[in-house]
Amino acid sequence: MSYVSVTPDQQKEMLKCCGAESVDELFNDIPQELRPLSFSLPEGKSELEVLNHCRNLSDRNYSHLINFLGAGYYDHYIPAAVDALAGRSEFYTAYTPYQPELSQGTLQAIYEYQSHICRLTGLKVSNASLYDGGTALYEACQMAINATKRPKIILDGGVNPIFRKMLYSYTANLSIEFVEVQVSHGQSNRENLFNEIDENTAAVILQNPNFFGVIDDHSDIAQKCSRMGVMTIQSVYPIAMALLKTPAQQGIDIATGEGQSLGNGLSFGGPYLGFIAARKQLVRKMPGRIVARTVDKSGKEGFVLSLQAREQHIRREKATSNICTNEALCALRASIHLALLGKGGLKEVASLCLNKAHYAKERIKQIPGVKVMESSPTFNEFTVKLPKDAAECVGEMVERGFAAGFPLGRYYKGLENYLLIAVTEKRSKHEIGLLAETLEAVICR
Amino acid sequence: MSVIFEKSIKGRKGITLPKNDVPVDVSIPQKYKREDEPPLCELSELDVVRHFTALSTKNYGVDTGLYPLGSCTMKYNPKFCEKIAAMEGFSNLHPLLPQLKRGGMLTQGALAVLHELEAQLCEITAMDAFTLHPLAGAHGELTGMMLIAAYHKNKGNSKNEVLIPDEAHGTNPSSAAIAGYKVRSIPTDPETGTLDIKALQSIISHNTAAIMLTNPNTLGLFNSDVKKIAQIAHSFDALLYYDGANLNAIMGKFRPGDADFDVVHLNLHKTFATPHGGGGPGSGPVGVKKHLEPFLPISRIAKRSDGSYALDYDHPKSIGYIAPFYGNFEVCLKAYAYILLLGKNGLSQVSETAVLNANYIMHSLKDHYHIPFLKTCMHECVLSAKKQMEHGVRAVDIAKGLIDRGFHPPTVYFPLIVKEALMIEPTETESKEMIDSFIEAMISISKEAQENPETLKEAPVSTPVGRLDETKAAKEMDIAYLSD
Repeated sequence: MSYVSVTPDQQKEMLKCCGAESVDELFNDIPQELRPLSFSLPEGKSELEVLNHCRNLSDRNYSHLINFLGAGYYDHYIPAAVDALAGRSEFYTAYTPYQPELSQGTLQAIYEYQSHICRLTGLKVSNASLYDGGTALYEACQMAINATKRPKIILDGGVNPIFRKMLYSYTANLSIEFVEVQVSHGQSNRENLFNEIDENTAAVILQNPNFFGVIDDHSDIAQKCSRMGVMTIQSVYPIAMALLKTPAQQGIDIATGEGQSLGNGLSFGGPYLGFIAARKQLVRKMPGRIVARTVDKSGKEGFVLSLQAREQHIRREKATSNICTNEALCALRASIHLALLGKGGLKEVASLCLNKAHYAKERIKQIPGVKVMESSPTFNEFTVKLPKDAAECVGEMVERGFAAGFPLGRYYKGLENYLLIAVTEKRSKHEIGLLAETLEAVICR
Repeated sequence: MSVIFEKSIKGRKGITLPKNDVPVDVSIPQKYKREDEPPLCELSELDVVRHFTALSTKNYGVDTGLYPLGSCTMKYNPKFCEKIAAMEGFSNLHPLLPQLKRGGMLTQGALAVLHELEAQLCEITAMDAFTLHPLAGAHGELTGMMLIAAYHKNKGNSKNEVLIPDEAHGTNPSSAAIAGYKVRSIPTDPETGTLDIKALQSIISHNTAAIMLTNPNTLGLFNSDVKKIAQIAHSFDALLYYDGANLNAIMGKFRPGDADFDVVHLNLHKTFATPHGGGGPGSGPVGVKKHLEPFLPISRIAKRSDGSYALDYDHPKSIGYIAPFYGNFEVCLKAYAYILLLGKNGLSQVSETAVLNANYIMHSLKDHYHIPFLKTCMHECVLSAKKQMEHGVRAVDIAKGLIDRGFHPPTVYFPLIVKEALMIEPTETESKEMIDSFIEAMISISKEAQENPETLKEAPVSTPVGRLDETKAAKEMDIAYLSD
């Protein structure tokens, strides 16, 4: 095995220093009765053999479908410089920056990531990343409960159903009451949301654009909630932030989201990146790591992990969260990605997604029997009603080389005929045309 | 070094995007539109490349040198695993694809990786089933606690306490607390350095839902009484949880499942080699014995009779979704490739060498530093700066002195139960030459502590910045660069 460099001669020398006869002796504290009953794994293999095996497995995944599948996770182009820079081993093989003098690279990169998230959302504070968009939403929910000391959360039905399921799992043993309010015409149902708010309500959780692709302006909800001491949490799609009213401009208290679209591959579900940003007053309630700029003894600027006193390694069971590892490398990728795109590039990507999605909407609208949901404005994703079961149609589209979208019936009872279609800058006019033609053929068959 | 936003030049671009090829130019209704331009920087690709390359030179990674950060297992990771993770068939795969009709057949390779990794981990730990969903070690702990809560709830048990030794990882108590449990601490026996069984017996009750144990513990010591502890736990219908962060020490030598542990979490990014990326991503799979299997998160991966794989959501007792999909897939994939590369003997050799290297360091330094428990250690050893304290030199000063000698410092002030602790974990991938020069550096520091303690207080002097003002950082909270 080539990853151990101690030779047999060196081993002998080292054992002598330890006063041991053999390596086995170093394991004497493990009594015979506790030795493994089996350890039946294959012998190790060469790189070439493992490479061939894994290539074989990789080839069994068909990742070249023409992709219109989104539902919160999008197929964006990743500039080559993102891989090249994030792959630099000084970043890649480092640990959590506990020794700031040796970690200024990681620390400054995180500080810049925090700045980027604040600039996107308009809010003043961000942390160094969370596991994913769902866990970020859960942490935001806990922040609101801690800040208000109230147990009830109102959940908009347009919030990603996977995130909602995660919230329920995490809080199963805690006394938190959730109420879900279904959307109306694709947007948040104000009347029903307001009816649910009472003196026990900690927060209202919203999403923009929501799971159905619909854009909303939640300013009125934020305003009303704020008057009642209820916090508003909004899960957002970072690319949309280039064009849409920011959470801060809507008066939202905490913004969260899935950062996969910022320079991270789809990778069959991970690693992804959860981001969270909040009003300044909430900084001490924010979980996870936060990097701050400060000075050294001689007045030179530098960066450190800050507010560590509330973390698990010091506060133990009184810590504000148990987060230790986060997604620093994914945050680094997001930071590099946003730096490359810059002000103009992010807007261009957002506009391409918007235009292409609307073009797709127009094309699909022409298919007989298909109804496009148009009562509310949409961004990069939209919902259509098919004359057949959407899951069946998608199955047939897969056979024709398309991931045609996400059938909503999987998470919403009664929406079995509805399909959610996402379009990114990677899809061409030609591919959109093919999607429409093929979908028509499948439907009219 | 200036922050990237300060380098912005109006009108510069870092990327060329495809032109809009559709005959549509949509504008979003004013009501929904952002009032301003997104305030990002404007830079060329080369500006960005130089900025991040310069940042990387201010960073220390395993590829730079020894990283003996105790409890973090910062070993060298085969570059090969990166190559596997970058294969397009994996990296481009949409996670919702297998949830589409006929999409499952197009993800058989990825599902096979997950299914086979689960089986490998079961064999390595002697557990009956694994979930790969948890996204980090502490996330695994939380999942484990949620499983334990679901198990007791299903049995009609009302238990509200979890017992945790005071030498446990800091995440243990916070994970248990976040899962809704009251945490009680079990003291360490000052004679043996392992959990005080008498104290455990006096604390445990029918309120105890679980005991969380790390073995070898954070003092680097193996507790040979684990079977007895399992018996005590089970006699109160409490479950025994194994924190697998230290698994690097015992592969092929001890399997928690053989000692009747009920739940195990592993840190794939430690034991099974994935670079830690400056703080993540990690992966924290959880293994359970049969009686806890019904509660595992969904989805589960099932192998059909025809040899194909499918995602199975039909587990009514499951704790539900703890991650959006199937875990940090890329990290799992790297661990899978690593296990295939090393195999049975390679993994045993990892533990043997990791343990040898740690003992070698401990024995080489025992005349120079106080060793609180001078007995065979596992993959890490804990020293104390007690002797150096006589000259006013603290553990942190020793750490900073190491930086000027070219090394990343060990973990300091952990475990909390050792005063002025320095926790050293060399890992198996370091050579004797490297370890010898580290030992030399440690000895030279102990000399300097006697002869010239003031210089150590000034360290480090060789780094881009010196010791940073953490009080100012916490007080002023400059945590984002908001105005250009």
